[in-house]
Amino acid sequence: MPQVIVNLAYLLASILFIWGLKGLTHPRTAVGGNLAGAGGMLLAVVVTLLDRAIVSYELIVGGLVVGTAAGIPLALKVPMTAMPQLIALFNGFGGGASVLVAGAALIETILIASGFTTHVTVSIAASGIVGAVTFWGSLVAFGKLQGLISEKSMSVPAHQLWNGLIGVACLALAGWLVVDPTATMSYWGLVLAASLLGVMLVIPIGGADMPVVISLLNSYSGIAAAATGFVLSNNGLIIAGALVGASGIILTRIMCRAMNRSLTNVLFGVMAPGQTAAPGEDIYAGKIKTTSAEEIAMLFDTARRVVIVPGYGLAVAQAQHAVRDLANALESRGVTVEYGIHPVAGRMPGHMNVLLADANVAYEKLKDMDEINSTFEQTDLVLVIGANDVVNPLARTDPSSPIAGMPILEVDKAKTVVVLKRSLSPGFAGIPNPLFAADNTLMLFADGKKGVLDLIAALKEA
Amino acid sequence: MESLVAAVTIFVLAIFVGFEIITKVPPTLHTPLMSGSNAISGITLIGALLSAGTQHSTLTAILGVIAVIFATINVVGGFLVTHRMLKMFRRKV
Repeated sequence: MPQVIVNLAYLLASILFIWGLKGLTHPRTAVGGNLAGAGGMLLAVVVTLLDRAIVSYELIVGGLVVGTAAGIPLALKVPMTAMPQLIALFNGFGGGASVLVAGAALIETILIASGFTTHVTVSIAASGIVGAVTFWGSLVAFGKLQGLISEKSMSVPAHQLWNGLIGVACLALAGWLVVDPTATMSYWGLVLAASLLGVMLVIPIGGADMPVVISLLNSYSGIAAAATGFVLSNNGLIIAGALVGASGIILTRIMCRAMNRSLTNVLFGVMAPGQTAAPGEDIYAGKIKTTSAEEIAMLFDTARRVVIVPGYGLAVAQAQHAVRDLANALESRGVTVEYGIHPVAGRMPGHMNVLLADANVAYEKLKDMDEINSTFEQTDLVLVIGANDVVNPLARTDPSSPIAGMPILEVDKAKTVVVLKRSLSPGFAGIPNPLFAADNTLMLFADGKKGVLDLIAALKEA
Repeated sequence: MESLVAAVTIFVLAIFVGFEIITKVPPTLHTPLMSGSNAISGITLIGALLSAGTQHSTLTAILGVIAVIFATINVVGGFLVTHRMLKMFRRKV
């Protein structure tokens, strides 16, 4: 097949990718968008297989079969709660592929002695570094999310110094490769150093920061693909990689803003230990009003508008379906129910929305932070389930608080707030939450799922 | 040199297209966006196919076939899991 046609096919594939991403701007068009993206990929693969340079198909078919056989069950079987680690894993494989393709391209260029241009070697080095960081970083993120490695934020002694040294080693090996492209050892050395860097970058990061890390690794996998595109002079790879790189950067920015932290702070800083832990007693002393499921059922009876604010505690308790049943019971009594979802409510961007959609909650009822915040003043009752820092009014009122300025769900503006939570223990930020002691707040101490089931039972009796 | 400039031009323009489109994706769809874009980044597959198929040497063929496996998991798994999630958002309650 002439190269012109191949390139035109890659152009068509790129258009399908862009069209596909555009489809994702609305839930109604999203399924079609994803199919368009998949169609673009199929087209790119088919055209590539018709390339005259390919002499043997056995290995290709074998690889495609093994990869498909591994990918399908993962994609179909993994529960929605485990979506972050699954996506981290897929992401890592993409990065790993970039490392190997760039390595093979290096060796091929040496073998056919066509000579190196500097930009090709620079691109090979970039593919190797970014791809290896993506691969190992994603595997560590997978391990943490899956509970194989401690999710705690770990501090490695002289961490920055080590990362700096490894980073310099990567660049030095890249420089060597550019000067002498026939020294393949420098490429594999560079991959080794970047692998170490990938592990070192992600291992100290705590579970609550995972949304940022996954977004960033997503961006890296795109950049690695684009770099490989520069190696192979392939516009399809360059365009697709650039799109994904941009997407990951946007999501990273959204996540950082939602957590009130800078990217450098997430990557290199360890959160200041909760120095304000003691005043928790003063804030809560004598002011906590506990309540019972029956009392809340009575409140529900007079409410006209209820907003449910789910936190990660809800997902941990597997309470999504119970919450949906509660919402249905309320709606059958004429109550309007909506969900207020903080951007970092789950373990990755949009995770809570997926969990609720999995429980058959219609997406129109899932409101993002800006949308729901303007409605709290007209809300009779807010039910906060397993969330803490994202509803802490200190973010607005106390400029010295570690979460000062963090965008929060302003549930305290509602008429009544019911917080369903196991205990008064602090959230990730390690600070007390004055919301729990507020005049219009009632605490219902229970496990997320059991609490919601009790509410449903009480509602039926009332 | 000229081809490099052309490639850089395409790269930069594609980043702008990406920014424009993806800022319009609602937060509700951020997880499917991530898995779907992730599948697209598996486009490295076409580079892997060439390495595995041209077989300049045993080593490049081995590197190529491993890359094909990795990238195929990324592509097939990524699009499929995205489809599974998006179907949940479409269905009527």
